[in-house]
Amino acid sequence: MAIIELENVSVTFPPRNRRGEPVNAVQDVSLSVKAGEIVGIVGYSGAGKSTLLRVVNALERATEGRVVVDGVDITRLRERDLNEVRRTIGMIFQQFNLFTSRTVYGNVAYPLEVAGRSKTEQRERVSELLRFVGLFDKALAYPEQLSGGQKQRVGIARALAAGPSILLADEATSALDPETTVEVLDLLKRVNTELGVTVLVITHEMEVVKTIADRIVVMEEGGIVESGSAFEIFSAPRHAATRRFVRTIVDDVPQEHELEQLRRRHPGRLVTLSFKEDAATQSQVFAEIVRAGIELELVYGGLEDVRGRSFGHLTLELRGDTAAVDAVVARVGELVPLTDLGTGEGGVAR
Amino acid sequence: MSAILDGLRDFFQPVIDLQSEFVSAFGETLFLAGSGLVVGGFLGLVIGTALYVTRAGGIAPNAFASFVLNVLVNFFRPIPFILLAVALQPFSRAIGVDGIGTGHAVVAIIFGSAFGIGRIVEQNLVSVDPGVLEAARAMGASRWQVIRTVLLPEALGPLILGFTFAMVAIVDMTAVVGTIGAGGLGQLALTEGYRQYESVVTWTAVVIVILIVQAGQFAGNALARKVLRR
Ligand SMILES: Nc1ncnc2c1ncn2[C@@H]1O[C@H](COP(=O)(O)OP(=O)(O)OP(=O)(O)O)[C@@H](O)[C@H]1O
Ligand SMILES: [Mg+2]
Repeated sequence: MAIIELENVSVTFPPRNRRGEPVNAVQDVSLSVKAGEIVGIVGYSGAGKSTLLRVVNALERATEGRVVVDGVDITRLRERDLNEVRRTIGMIFQQFNLFTSRTVYGNVAYPLEVAGRSKTEQRERVSELLRFVGLFDKALAYPEQLSGGQKQRVGIARALAAGPSILLADEATSALDPETTVEVLDLLKRVNTELGVTVLVITHEMEVVKTIADRIVVMEEGGIVESGSAFEIFSAPRHAATRRFVRTIVDDVPQEHELEQLRRRHPGRLVTLSFKEDAATQSQVFAEIVRAGIELELVYGGLEDVRGRSFGHLTLELRGDTAAVDAVVARVGELVPLTDLGTGEGGVAR
Repeated sequence: MSAILDGLRDFFQPVIDLQSEFVSAFGETLFLAGSGLVVGGFLGLVIGTALYVTRAGGIAPNAFASFVLNVLVNFFRPIPFILLAVALQPFSRAIGVDGIGTGHAVVAIIFGSAFGIGRIVEQNLVSVDPGVLEAARAMGASRWQVIRTVLLPEALGPLILGFTFAMVAIVDMTAVVGTIGAGGLGQLALTEGYRQYESVVTWTAVVIVILIVQAGQFAGNALARKVLRR
C-alpha cells in the first residue's frame, strides 16, 4: 500500500521582486512510496529535492496537485489538523537543527511535550530512544558538546519520538565525514527494518543511496527524470543526469581523458563489457575469448554490489590476430552489452 | 588624623544632611527603572516578537500588521525622551494618571522603553537559526508553541544581554523624568545639587546611579553567561 502518494504536484514560489519571475521549484511530480520502503531522491543543487520533501509534511504547500499521506489528503488540510499529521512524520536535517537551549534529553522530549504526553511517558520514551541510537549516556549533554554524528543521532531520536511512520531526511549525512556517514546510514537502516519506518532520503551523494535506498528517484529542474530500483538505476542508468550521478561512484566506459591514458599503455583492442548478475556470466565470456586464443588483460572498471546484487563494467584489452579479435568481439557482443573502443591507431569509433 | 576626618565630614555635610532624601530617591529610581524594565520590557517583548513573526517569510507573515507595527515603532522610538515625556501628558491624563509626578513618569518610561526594547528584541530574534524553528514546525508544534517553546528560549541569552543594554537607557530615563517632578536620584541631583550649587550632592547622586547601572550590567552579564553556557 502506498503510504505517500504525490499526484501531479507542483510548487511555484512567487517572484522575489516585482520584476522577477516566479520559481517553479517542483513541476508536475507524481510519486508513490510504499510503506516500509527506503526511497532515495537524488539531484543537483536547485533540482527541487528539498521542496519536494517539504511538501510531504506540508512545510511547503503544493500549489497544484494532490498530496496523500497515510490515506489522508493533506493538500487542503487546516493548520491544526496538519500539526496532527506532522507528528506522524519525522524529519532530520543536514545542519541537525537541534535546540541549543535544550539538552539531548530535552531535544528528544520536545515532540512529546508538543503532543502533550505526560512526564512519565516522556521519560520512558526518551530513554528508550536514546538507547536505540546509542546515546543514553549523553542525555544531559548540550548539543555543542556532541560530535556531528552524535548530533545527527539525536536528530534521529527526536524525529522518532512521537512514533512516526515516515522519516524524511534532507541531506542528513552531507555535513558528516565518510565514517560517520556510514554510522548514520546504518542507523537509518535500523530505523527502517526494526521500526518499520518508511524513509525518504534526499542526497547528492550516490554512495548514500547506494548503501540504503531500495528505490531511487532522480530529479532535474523540478521534475523526476528517472526512477527505478537501486539496482536498475546503478546497473543501467538511462537519463543523462542519472548517468552522471552513477558515474561518480561506478566506472563504466572510460571517459575521453581516461581512454587516452589507457591507450598509451595498452595498444591492443579495448572493449568495455557490462555485466549484470542475471545476464550472461563472466565465465562464459572469458571462456569464449580464451577459446579463440586471444590474450586478454583487465585494464579498467570493476564490479559493484547494490543491495546484494552485483553488476559492473570491465574494460579489457584484447591482443592477437586482428581477424580473430574481430570475430571474438562479435561473439561476446551477443552475450553481454559491449562497447567497442577500438585500438589506438584509427580504431573503431564508438 | 582627626583633622582629615573632620575635613571629610565637612565636605560631605550636605550629603549627610540629605541622608533620608537620598534613601527615598534611591528607592524611587529603582521603582521607576524597575517598572520600565518589567512592564516596558514585557510590552517590548510582545512588540519585538510581533515584529519578528509578522515579517515576510516569518512564522506568521502578515504584511499589514508588520507595516503598522513598524510605523508605530519608527514613529515613537526616535523621539528624544524628554520630549516624549512632555508630549505624553495628555495621554496620562486620559488614562486617569496625573500629568506630573511619579505616575506620569512611570507611564512615560514604560512607553519609551517598550518601543526601544521592541526593536532590540526583534534584532535578537533574527539571530535564531530558522532551521531550528522549521524543525519544531515539522514536529507538529503550533505557531504559538514554536514562539513560546523554541523561539524565545533559543534567543534567551541574547535577549538577556539586550535587556541589560536597555536597562542603562532606562536608568537614563529615570533621571530625565526628575525634571517633571518624578522624584528619584535625578530630581535630587537637580533640586538639591545643581540648583543649590552643591556639587558634592550632584556627584553623590551620579555615583549612586553609576553603581546601579554597574550592578545591573554585572547581573545581566552573569545571567547571560549562565544561559549561554560560556
Ligand atoms: N522559499 C523559497 N522561495 C523562493 N524560491 C525558493 C524557495 N525555496 C526554494 N526555492 C527555489 O526553488 C528551487 C529548488 O530549491 P530546493 O531547495 O528544493 O532545491 P534542492 O534540490 O534541495 O537544492 P540543494 O541540493 O541545493 O538543497 C531553487 O531554484 C530555489 O532557489
Ligand atoms: Mg535542499
